[in-house]
Amino acid sequence: MTGRRTAICALALAGLLLILSWHISVGAKAIPLTTVVQALLFYDDTIFDHVVIRDLRLPRALMAVAVGAGLSVAGALMQGVTHNPLADPGLLGLLAGASLAVVLGTALGIGSAAAIPPLAAFGALVSGAVVWSIAMAISGGATPMTLVLSGAAVTAFLTALTAILLLIHQTVFEALRVWLTGSLAGRPDQVGLWATGWLLAGLVTALGVARKITTLAMGEDTATGLGVDVAKLQMAVLFSVVALTASAVALAGPMGFVGLVVPHMVRLIIGYDYRLIVPWAAVVGATYMLLADIAARMLLAPIEVSTGLITALLGAPIFVWLVRTRL
Amino acid sequence: MPDDTRVTIPLASSTMISAPRLQINELSVGYGDLQVIEHLTLDIPTGDLTAIIGPNGCGKSTLLKAMARVLPARAGQVLLDGQPVHNMQTRDVAKLMALLPQAPVAPEGLCVRELVAQGRFPHQSFIRQWSRKDTDAVARAMAATDTECFGDRSVDALSGGQRQRVWIAMVLAQETPILLLDEPTTFLDLKVQVDLMTLLRRIAHEDGRTLVIVMHELNVAAAFADRVVMMRDGMVLAAGAVTDVFTEGNLAEVFGLSATVLSDPETGRPVCIPRLGAR
Repeated sequence: MTGRRTAICALALAGLLLILSWHISVGAKAIPLTTVVQALLFYDDTIFDHVVIRDLRLPRALMAVAVGAGLSVAGALMQGVTHNPLADPGLLGLLAGASLAVVLGTALGIGSAAAIPPLAAFGALVSGAVVWSIAMAISGGATPMTLVLSGAAVTAFLTALTAILLLIHQTVFEALRVWLTGSLAGRPDQVGLWATGWLLAGLVTALGVARKITTLAMGEDTATGLGVDVAKLQMAVLFSVVALTASAVALAGPMGFVGLVVPHMVRLIIGYDYRLIVPWAAVVGATYMLLADIAARMLLAPIEVSTGLITALLGAPIFVWLVRTRL
Repeated sequence: MPDDTRVTIPLASSTMISAPRLQINELSVGYGDLQVIEHLTLDIPTGDLTAIIGPNGCGKSTLLKAMARVLPARAGQVLLDGQPVHNMQTRDVAKLMALLPQAPVAPEGLCVRELVAQGRFPHQSFIRQWSRKDTDAVARAMAATDTECFGDRSVDALSGGQRQRVWIAMVLAQETPILLLDEPTTFLDLKVQVDLMTLLRRIAHEDGRTLVIVMHELNVAAAFADRVVMMRDGMVLAAGAVTDVFTEGNLAEVFGLSATVLSDPETGRPVCIPRLGAR
């Protein structure tokens, strides 16, 4: 059993590296895979392709890895803790709140590279809290259905506010227009470094609480009986989800459905043990995002489609399938 | 498997420490504006099977949840060897006292063995990973509950009685001297109830563990418990040995039930038969 697990793990990591190389080779000018591997292992700054890879394409690929891993782990945690197969940072309003906060901050002139992740985190936290309270106020409480409905309403409202802000602020509109559709093309500035810090904090927390999430899936009473401090665990999960969502939004804007789709795929492969689900969601999510970004650049080449549009195109049918089979 | 051919399997490692004393001292518990239990004091005898019975809404489940620190105490304490459980590290409590709540959820996709293994949670940490001792504890718990035969099956695929045995295996794998169980036999066939209670009584008597079980079926409680606690309106109206407490007078007072209490000619235990036509 352990041997089989190690084999699958090695296979998944090899697949991730292969698709990462493919991702780098795709672009305005196709670069052969051999050159990609050469540039990564034996960098030579006199070769133009190597410079393109190191300075432009590798950062974008790493951004895809970070965003895909972050959103997928956030979705997996949300689904595990809320017993809700439809939990996802996008569906529950966190992405819309984070985006609005970043747009607002930029419009107010406080959107520095270091400030963007905390702004996004604040927005995600507030909108998530609003979605939760609305669902709780509906008779029957926070069921998967009321949460998704409340999330849809809050997302629509916040997106409208964001649109109004952009109409008023032409310069902000110019700066963030592409980012707001969920794109890995922009943000060549310092945001990446700050966002990576938030991402790592979120991932480490997620890995730390993974074992307890399996326990919590048996009900709060059972988890307490087994010695889990449920309130503390929920705070840790909330922190992790907000940090991961904030770093993903800071890097690439609202990227819908990734946190919904990937955890379900992972559970189909490896079952319900969260000690495995969390690292797997990170690896599969990174691979999924790389593939989506490859599709975004190849589908209508030479025109590039926003990656967020691809994840929505892929995610929406899966969402409908989940509603039909799981609710 | 018929009972007479059953091999007696030790339910716990021989290193089991003797059960600490469980006491409830002036405990008050409630939800929101509702005060369910007020100033309740009760000693739980060590190494016995204690059944808590009472009419619906009398607070018996609330009491059990407060004992298991799932609900906070508004006043008073639940004491484990003199230490209030609500102030102890929750993991330390989990090494001494296990809880099987009324409606535990089996995460889908988890097989029986993996579910039972969750009982080892309080014994593990980052430093102390899964070990031989954990594997042994799971094997013992599954042998004692006769659940090995479906160890690799999914929990959803089992019958009600089998599923309940799996949950009991999980709390047994926790290897605690005290077990609290909330209506573990409700909604099951009488035969299955009897089998489960036989198992639970064995756990109490052969290992000297303390079991506190909230129960619904009066006669099943009377047949298996060493001690009975009768509750009404958040208060303990009677507590003691079964034959002392399970009387016509107490049944009338606690449940408003008019019944004849007879003595089982085989075991000498009380049995109640409701009087027909009486109110």
